[in-house]
Amino acid sequence: MLQNKIQEVFNEPGCAKNQTKSDKDRKKGCAKQLQPGAAAGGCAFDGAKIALQPITDVAHLVHGPIACEGNSWDNRGAKSSGSRLYRTGFTTDINELDVVYGGEKHLFKSIKEILDKYDPPAVFVYQTCVPAMIGDDIEAVCKAASAKFGKPVIPINAPGFVGAKNLGNKLAGEALLDYVIGTEEPESTTPYDINIIGEYNLSGELWQVKPLLDHLGIRILACISGDAKYHEVASSHRARAAMMVCSKAMINIARKMEERYQIPFFEGSFYGISDTSESLREISRLLVERGAPAELLERTEALIQREEARAWERLATYKPRLRGKRVLLITGGVKSWSVVSALQEVGMEVVGTSVKKSTAEDKERIKELMGEDAHMIDDMTPREMYKMLSEAQADIMLSGGRSQFVALKAKVPWLDINQERHHAYAGYEGMVDLVREIDKALYNPIWSQLRKAAPWDAREAAQWLR
Amino acid sequence: MATVTVSRKACTVNPLKMSQPIGGALAFLGLAQCMPMLHGSQGCTAFGLVLFVRHFRESIPLQTTAMNEVATVLGGLDNIGNAILNIHKRANPRIIGICSTGVTETKGDDVDGYLKSFQAAHPELSDLAVVYVSTPDFQDAFQDGWSKAVRNMVDTLVAPTAARVAGQVNFLLGSHLTVADIEEIREMAEAFGLHATFLPDISGSLDGHIPDDFSPNTLGGTGLDEIRAMGEAELTIAIGEQMRLAAEALARKTGQPYILLERLTGLEPNDQLLDCLAQLSGVPVPEKYRRQRSQLMDAMLDGHFHFGGKRIAIGAEPDLLWTLATWLTEMGAVVETAVTTTQSPLLEQMICEEVVIGDLEDLELRAAHCDLLITHSHGRQAAERLGIPFLRMGLPIFDRLGAAHRRTVGYRGTRDLLFEVGNLLMANAHEHHPESWPLPGGDHARSQIAVG
Repeated sequence: MLQNKIQEVFNEPGCAKNQTKSDKDRKKGCAKQLQPGAAAGGCAFDGAKIALQPITDVAHLVHGPIACEGNSWDNRGAKSSGSRLYRTGFTTDINELDVVYGGEKHLFKSIKEILDKYDPPAVFVYQTCVPAMIGDDIEAVCKAASAKFGKPVIPINAPGFVGAKNLGNKLAGEALLDYVIGTEEPESTTPYDINIIGEYNLSGELWQVKPLLDHLGIRILACISGDAKYHEVASSHRARAAMMVCSKAMINIARKMEERYQIPFFEGSFYGISDTSESLREISRLLVERGAPAELLERTEALIQREEARAWERLATYKPRLRGKRVLLITGGVKSWSVVSALQEVGMEVVGTSVKKSTAEDKERIKELMGEDAHMIDDMTPREMYKMLSEAQADIMLSGGRSQFVALKAKVPWLDINQERHHAYAGYEGMVDLVREIDKALYNPIWSQLRKAAPWDAREAAQWLR
Repeated sequence: MATVTVSRKACTVNPLKMSQPIGGALAFLGLAQCMPMLHGSQGCTAFGLVLFVRHFRESIPLQTTAMNEVATVLGGLDNIGNAILNIHKRANPRIIGICSTGVTETKGDDVDGYLKSFQAAHPELSDLAVVYVSTPDFQDAFQDGWSKAVRNMVDTLVAPTAARVAGQVNFLLGSHLTVADIEEIREMAEAFGLHATFLPDISGSLDGHIPDDFSPNTLGGTGLDEIRAMGEAELTIAIGEQMRLAAEALARKTGQPYILLERLTGLEPNDQLLDCLAQLSGVPVPEKYRRQRSQLMDAMLDGHFHFGGKRIAIGAEPDLLWTLATWLTEMGAVVETAVTTTQSPLLEQMICEEVVIGDLEDLELRAAHCDLLITHSHGRQAAERLGIPFLRMGLPIFDRLGAAHRRTVGYRGTRDLLFEVGNLLMANAHEHHPESWPLPGGDHARSQIAVG
């Protein structure tokens, strides 16, 4: 059953990359085959948890040994405006006896304890490798618990060994489609209701965009899943239009909601000034198409004009300081091009950008921005990265936490632009913040101190030269 | 004497415990030019890696056998072989340390047997040492993984010998000791002119230094040749009950005597260590330590006012719990609540009513009336809800800088900790107000009404 689900997810008609594959390649899935001893990155369970944990009022229960939750809980920056239950770590912490006799009863009791003590609107149960191997049927347990306790108990069947993070994102989406979306009704609807799909509100990025939508009178009926409440996701099928962010991670939700509930969607980004404007335009256009008054388009243009001008004005102050500075950009997918244009606007030179996770479309966009001879890095080992940086081929590196120390140990400024980051970089505000952070990192006085040799080493070097 | 209870809940809420394999992996991170690897799905490694990166703020070499569903069901021994070949080709470490996980232990791969035949089939890898340790996630905890990994390092790597080198001493170090703790112990041994080997030694690899060049493996730690020669020491000193396994393995292999110090925080434990080093070396305790001892005594005099009668809640792995609880009791505080992760012979000897093997929910429920909460960074939510001061101890500490450089051993380390705890207690001392001393039966309130 899980195998069928995985095949279904791999066969994504909404994904252009997938459609160009042969039948055989399509069955293999999106991720490259993992190489023992040379692999990095999270598992499918990790991906499912990333995708759903931002739903704030739900109890997220991990059915597995202590590793899966104990080693990783409360370690992501998704922010909440309300409930903090999503930051509570729940796990069955199964032991040897469970492995021998099965962990289903243990799981059932755990669900009951959570409902008794914390009374959440729903419990999400995450499957992991060990109970999957011993044959614990979490779907059956969740069904029984739902029936007995009268609360939604949702199985998220994405054990780690079925694949990488990206697959887990999609399996999480399938669980929402199968068990959550369309099961409740909103209190009221308006012609201005949208869903935002694939936005996790890391560091509060949703809140950099929400004021823009509020200003236009556009309501986020549900964000899947940043700062979401269970009820919002459950009643999200009444939205008029949807925006899908974060590249292809949750494309299955967007596409199937279009199929089932006729909610049109587009793929957009809130990273970069022109992308933010484009996304706002597209949201308004879809809403008007679905019956919202046409004057929304004019108001949107007015807002874009005002906010773009305000952002450029603020960015202009950084231009003299950042002009000609060279950036190495190591990130994936959408960000590889959406950030490039913003950096170029302030006069920075992008000396390389990674395209490991980018689609063919992403690569086209990069070529448009950086020219035909754009330095696209497919897969760079840490050693190569270190060499490039220590030879001063770049003035700053923007990347995820994984390569943080490669840059810092080479005494090169570094900025986190991936999921563990503490700064929010979305919308017009976010791009101004990003440029401000780059400026702060580049001009921090530590670099000149660190790059100077100790006096005795400098003396030795001078003597040696003589 | 404490009663040890195991939390009877079905659902663990806010885990205190972390898993065995990453405890083992951290021990391997204390070996030089080493690549630790988890035999499991790639997520097992990714979670451990992120955890250590956040705690140490360093690159962490940690690989995976990247078990997928098919390999997991059919057996993943080939993945181990392929992983070793890949790591040898790409990173070329001197040691690969392999820890199993829940995924591979459920299937029950015979890794020991496989490694023998693999190594026989690959003579070109004869310079590469491979240490394997079985650490299923569904048993025991972080500290146990560390303890078993060090035992297996001794079993696999130490050369059996009857030779003894004068002035040579081994330290077997528990997982609760920080980089700064190890540096403090090294300084003590050196002060007596002793030549010490530390196993494992994360102070070489995870002390946050800037290496001259890039390395995909550990940046320092106990060298393979040092470990092989550990049998030549005159004495082995194990620190923390968890190191008994390794100490006994070493004694079995080399006939070497060992002593086990349960902790190095407090006045007497350090007297004991210094006295032992003095006898071993024949060198009197240096003036520097006599002075530090005197300073610690003075700090105890100044500080004890703030510790007396204070109620403390601690959530920590057994050896760290024992260290903190015993020392706090010696300072006059009362350990009101103790929660830990796994069994240890020390738990029943604790000076408190009950030790719970449980989670941070158990700790939070029992800590409501305490003056101080001590646990790792995950206790931050509980401390906030309870509104009591919070001291971060253990691993992970991801929301403060310098976790590796906190020193709590030796006279100086004890003094540092005494000041830190004392300051927290002092800053949160209760202020008195007019209603602080009411008479029984509410007489105070009535007399006020009469006057008004």
